Amino acid sequence: MSTMAIDKAGPRRKVKYGSMSRDRAWALRWSYFFLVLFAIFFLTPPLYMVITSLKSSAEISAATNPWWVFHPTLANYVELLTSNQFLRFFWNSTIVSLVVVIVTMLISIPAAFALARMKFWGSTTLATGVFLTYLVPDSLLFIPLFKMLALVQDLTGITLLNRWYVLLFVYPTLTVPFCTWIMIGYFASIPKELDEAAIIDGASWLQTLTRIFIPVALPGLIAATIFAFTVSWAQFLYPLVFTTSIDQLVLPVGITTTLIKGDVFNWGQIMTGALLGAAPPLIIYAFLMDYYIAGLTAGATKG
Amino acid sequence: MADVSLRKVIKRYDDVEAVRGIDLDISDHEFIVLVGPSGCGKSTTLRMIAGLEDITDGDIMIGGDVVNDVPPKDRDIAMVFQNYALYPHMTVAENMSFGLRLKHYPKAEIKARVTEAARLLDITDLIDRKPKQLSGGQRQRVAMGRAIVRNPKVFLFDEPLSNLDAKLRVQMRIEIKKVHQKVRTTTVYVTHDQVEAMTLADRVVVMNKGRIEQIGTPNELYHKPATRFVAGFIGSPAMNFIPCRLEDVGGALQIRLTDRIAFALPPARATRYNALPRTDKLLLGLRPEHLTESHAHLGPGVETFDTVLDVTEPMGMETLVYFGLDGTPVCGRVDPNAGAKDGAPMRLAMDLNNMHLLNEDTGVVL
Repeated sequence: MSTMAIDKAGPRRKVKYGSMSRDRAWALRWSYFFLVLFAIFFLTPPLYMVITSLKSSAEISAATNPWWVFHPTLANYVELLTSNQFLRFFWNSTIVSLVVVIVTMLISIPAAFALARMKFWGSTTLATGVFLTYLVPDSLLFIPLFKMLALVQDLTGITLLNRWYVLLFVYPTLTVPFCTWIMIGYFASIPKELDEAAIIDGASWLQTLTRIFIPVALPGLIAATIFAFTVSWAQFLYPLVFTTSIDQLVLPVGITTTLIKGDVFNWGQIMTGALLGAAPPLIIYAFLMDYYIAGLTAGATKG
Repeated sequence: MADVSLRKVIKRYDDVEAVRGIDLDISDHEFIVLVGPSGCGKSTTLRMIAGLEDITDGDIMIGGDVVNDVPPKDRDIAMVFQNYALYPHMTVAENMSFGLRLKHYPKAEIKARVTEAARLLDITDLIDRKPKQLSGGQRQRVAMGRAIVRNPKVFLFDEPLSNLDAKLRVQMRIEIKKVHQKVRTTTVYVTHDQVEAMTLADRVVVMNKGRIEQIGTPNELYHKPATRFVAGFIGSPAMNFIPCRLEDVGGALQIRLTDRIAFALPPARATRYNALPRTDKLLLGLRPEHLTESHAHLGPGVETFDTVLDVTEPMGMETLVYFGLDGTPVCGRVDPNAGAKDGAPMRLAMDLNNMHLLNEDTGVVL
């Protein structure tokens, strides 16, 4: 308040912008321009999905304005959410993604800790190797993977193929390398003195990991978790190859196989299913975003 | 509480010898400072005592036991790091008690020790804060508190004040000294700052290129340096080194600095240096405070000469004067009222009673 009063009382000073602030102003304008452009670009498809999901099949096939709903209906939602089949896909996706996230974290965190902190022979090469694994596209990997699992099935007599739980073995080949890699980065950014202090305080390697590294690298851990979940949730190729029976399918494959019958596309339900399928990752992002951005290492060292 | 001994300790990284055979005995309750320029092996030595670095050869003993293969946590030591290394997700109290909690101390005792350490370091009010809510000096106190609560045999400090600003550094220096006077734990302290070394230490260990140059009390190092390195490293401004030679003139020993300037040595010095070969290349080592303005009542062994000053630096309580002797830059300390001016001629007095004579090739103080 007092500042305002002083401003009014004093002579009105004309604010003169230096070239720096003029540059900044222009930079901001351009930023907004491109941000708006990107927002439009990326938000149009979901908007189209929402619009289509609210239409009846009749309205979709009628050549009316595709960007407007004339007779909004929730029939698509009701139909999908009461269909046991759809709920089954949803359930399969949920259980597969959750287990894969847990398995990935259980492997990646200790692996990244070992590669980042315990200097052992070949650790650097191994760390690079982990990342290179991630670079091999899944479209190249699915055939050998299928062969391997078929062999395991033949040798052990345990049915793996065409069972939802086969994905628990397959998905980590995608998630573990990448999550390990980003965790290595996060762990490496933790000052060396922090684990030395812990070691002198009497912590074992495991205690250093659980009581210092995991809490300090929590943002990285959450980033990795989100990544693992998103990859598992949205994976299409592997479930398409490894599972075929309707009751074993996960959401992305389930929607496309059951709602597209020959050349008949049930657009309303496809869009509804896709929207419902996109909801869980969205909700998770929304909740974890704060952690994701927050830097927890502040104050550890000089900073 | 324990004494610490190093016996021919060597540390080699691949081909580089960081520490080249160190012998050091630190007695119980002693405050030892390892000082030297960067890369002299002082931090490596400290980390070897801590157990954070393996030793390549030799023995390290804490309290009489060889600890070469004992992991850090079983050495009963505590370390304070340059960048504090506080656990960012824990409060001050949690940071300080982490080690005790790992060792499953009873809760009441942990609380008592933390409270006591916090009181000692004057951080009682900060006990529930996180490290990021603390200033640099406060963080350093917490780091010390974390060391104190463990009540270890040995404290290790690795340049703990280097991250603080000058004023805070002086304050924390006194603080550390006070804490040591209270807890009396054997302390090994590493710094590159010779002032810190001189002010804190019972004994200072000057290191250079992986070796110990000299061990001694601050006064010994200052007044009786063993080598050119120690003579030049301890003291600010640094000791002057002026090329010179010894001459016999009429049965008396005289030291010649330039063609123009030569002085007879005081009797005590003359006896001491008489046996030296006159052919040796020598350096006269003289601290700036022994090069002052000339005045009427000069004692024996104080010789005057005339020179032209290059630069003067008024420091308030004294003025530093810089001049050249046959191209060798020399620094003196004169009274601020002595009228020293840039580029002006001045008569200076050289106190040869406090001179050192060094062998230029070996760097040994003779």
